[in-house]
Amino acid sequence: MLPAEFFVDITHDHCRRCGRCVLECGFGALRQKERIIADHKKCVACQRCALFCPEQAIHIRKQEHGYKQHAIWTPEVRNDIYRQAQTGGVILVGNGNPMPHPIIWDNLLLDACQVTNPPIDALREPIELRTYLGSKPQSISGKLPDQIEIETPIIFPAMSYGAVSLNTQKSLAGAAKELGTLMNTGEGGVHPDLYPELDNIIVQCASGRFGVSYDYLNTAMAVEIKIGQGAKPGIGGHLPGEKVTEDVSRTRMIPVGSDALSPSPHHDIYSIEDLSQLIYAIKEATDYGKPVGVKVAAVHNIAAIASGVVRAGADFVSIDGYRGGSGATPKVIRDHVGIPIEIALAVVDERLRRERIRNEASLICSGGFRHAGDVAKAIALGADAVSIGTASLVALGCRVCQQCHTGNCSWGIATQRPELVERLDPVEGTERLVNLVAGWSIELKEILGALGLNSIESLRGNRERLRGFGLNASTLELLGVKEVGEGQ
Amino acid sequence: MCSISGIINTDGTPIPGDVIIKSIASMHDRSNGLGGGFAGYGIYPGYKDLYAFHLTFTDPEAKQRTEEVLKNCVMIHKDESIPTEDNPEGAPIFWRYFIEVPEKVQEFEEDFVVDLVMKINSNINGACVISSGKDMGIFKGVGYPEDIGRFYRIDEYSAHMWTAHGRFPTNTHGSWEGAHPFGLLDWSVVHNGEISSYGINRRYIETFGYGLNQGTDTEVVTYLVDMLIRKHKLSFDQAATVLAPPFWDEIERLDDRELVKKLRIIYSSAQLNGPFSIIIGHRNGMVGLNDRTKLRPMTVGRFNGTVMMASEECAIRAVSPDVEEILYPRGGEPVIIDLEEHVTS
Repeated sequence: MLPAEFFVDITHDHCRRCGRCVLECGFGALRQKERIIADHKKCVACQRCALFCPEQAIHIRKQEHGYKQHAIWTPEVRNDIYRQAQTGGVILVGNGNPMPHPIIWDNLLLDACQVTNPPIDALREPIELRTYLGSKPQSISGKLPDQIEIETPIIFPAMSYGAVSLNTQKSLAGAAKELGTLMNTGEGGVHPDLYPELDNIIVQCASGRFGVSYDYLNTAMAVEIKIGQGAKPGIGGHLPGEKVTEDVSRTRMIPVGSDALSPSPHHDIYSIEDLSQLIYAIKEATDYGKPVGVKVAAVHNIAAIASGVVRAGADFVSIDGYRGGSGATPKVIRDHVGIPIEIALAVVDERLRRERIRNEASLICSGGFRHAGDVAKAIALGADAVSIGTASLVALGCRVCQQCHTGNCSWGIATQRPELVERLDPVEGTERLVNLVAGWSIELKEILGALGLNSIESLRGNRERLRGFGLNASTLELLGVKEVGEGQ
Repeated sequence: MCSISGIINTDGTPIPGDVIIKSIASMHDRSNGLGGGFAGYGIYPGYKDLYAFHLTFTDPEAKQRTEEVLKNCVMIHKDESIPTEDNPEGAPIFWRYFIEVPEKVQEFEEDFVVDLVMKINSNINGACVISSGKDMGIFKGVGYPEDIGRFYRIDEYSAHMWTAHGRFPTNTHGSWEGAHPFGLLDWSVVHNGEISSYGINRRYIETFGYGLNQGTDTEVVTYLVDMLIRKHKLSFDQAATVLAPPFWDEIERLDDRELVKKLRIIYSSAQLNGPFSIIIGHRNGMVGLNDRTKLRPMTVGRFNGTVMMASEECAIRAVSPDVEEILYPRGGEPVIIDLEEHVTS
């Protein structure tokens, strides 16, 4: 009853029937008989076959169903209904919110120097991106707790072993080490192959407590308690048993083949004082030697929540906007819950400043950062660092086909199938991630130079250097940003 | 652009006001007639234990409302019009008050005075406290500095230390209150430059309870100096490190790198980024400081017991044509003249 979403257009005159495409497809959409035959319904447009065909004989096309046009009952709405009428289930998806909502970053414009103060030439003069994450005292008389030193304010967010392949994690960890920044193991424990990069790793403690042990907490640079995720606020995790291979089982400390279910809440955290207890339990376990942070999804009351989290003792708060990615999420949650990171960041930073506790925790933001321009604007709004999840996976080859939950990723990223995982070479993956972040970092320096600033801390929270273009008055007020054309 | 100049007699002997006018006037082309001003230290020996409040009022009602506030919380020993030549059009009313704070607040009298200044500046429309220190005063307005000097009859005052400013405003309009020096307690700041980090410096200092009324970067610098040195007890050297810190790779090579690193991490939002050259005046001396890559000029001259700091050498030679010792401090390197120790670093 459900039509195919894509059409695999094979130019048989060009095809030399080498069978490469059949091998490349992670979704079993191609077969080789006398010629290549496509099962169009299985195609997810991951583009692997098209890119690897030596004759460029394959083109993936979006199916025009010829559905009668209707602004409300769009083909997507109709297809979802057909699908649920067939299965009676929840529609699962991967990746982040794809809805065409306004992207506030695109309505924020940066300043630059002209005449009265000189711009700085980023290629000739020193411009500093070094950032310190962690709680800071209000004055020099206080003790400065351990900080995490990173050489660029761009880090890699939590993506667990299980949701992504070990080669993905190895690529991220290798890049974090080379760049002097951080990756985050997510809730799946830390695999022994990552031990050489422990100085650049944040380990996570989520509601399923997978892989959490005394050694695990003490092994890396920092610990992050995961409360929520932008793609699925209020929803736990579900790693299907098929993805729990022998290796994943050892790392997560759960039986092979068993579903790994992370409950929606931590069952020992039903309120803020419970969170505080967990923060301090982890600080006790790590001898107060490591920053302990908390990751929350951006939801309506995020300012008050973040304030509570800081007062509960968090050394950093990771805020994940509603465009944040996910390995598996109910579509209805991904597409309809949460708020944009732009607003969440602005209100949290302002609230913490008004309560005079902004120094007590660093703010790490994530959820749809596409390029260095987004990063610069986030820092100007008040972020200490930005996490780039989807962008880093795209750098590794991800085509944003949004099928992470199936475990069939043809690019070896969101899969545990050995024949697919080996397609991602961690050495090459590391190089590509290093290139991406190095490129963005140079662009950040160019932006700072144009702003006449030679260190990132002078942009952090400096909303004076942002202007809103085409935003309404209440959004401008929430962002704490003036309209274009207004002077200082 | 702007011009700045400062002169101090380290033995405390008085310097007539026309000296500083001569110095700042030599840099006439660095300002554009939209602001000039002077700060004199030691100008009120007869009232040296009282806070000298210099105020401007746009109208008599603002003056009346301010006086009600003052009478409610402090003792006014004397008040009078600040002597001037004929007021130009658009000039406010100038008045000075010599004030004693009540005994019950004397333990934290400086905080009390800061609160009072903030209260008047934020709450009383048309009133502005221009200076609020003991035995010092700020005189400023719209015009070239030499004209402002004549207008306030600066030549009739003598001070052991003077600073002066000629303004070429770029970010804010020229106004009597917005001219330099900017003052709080006995701090005065003259500033040539433009602080590109203003937005975050402002948000940062506001969280410590400082209310900003002028919207100028000089105002922010003054409050940062007050907080770092008076409230957080940093030395001038340490405060200079906060305002114009060394680069991270320079810090790695310092003997006291742990302290410098700690200062830079804790006070990252207080860093003044962008071109600046400032002279900070206070009861015990004068501090000159450039931004860390020295994008604005600063020259220091020393002759007999006198030290001068200025945007250009001509401002020093205008006072002492044969001055032999001329220094050009490096970016981020503070020049600290302490009356009690006579130390230059």
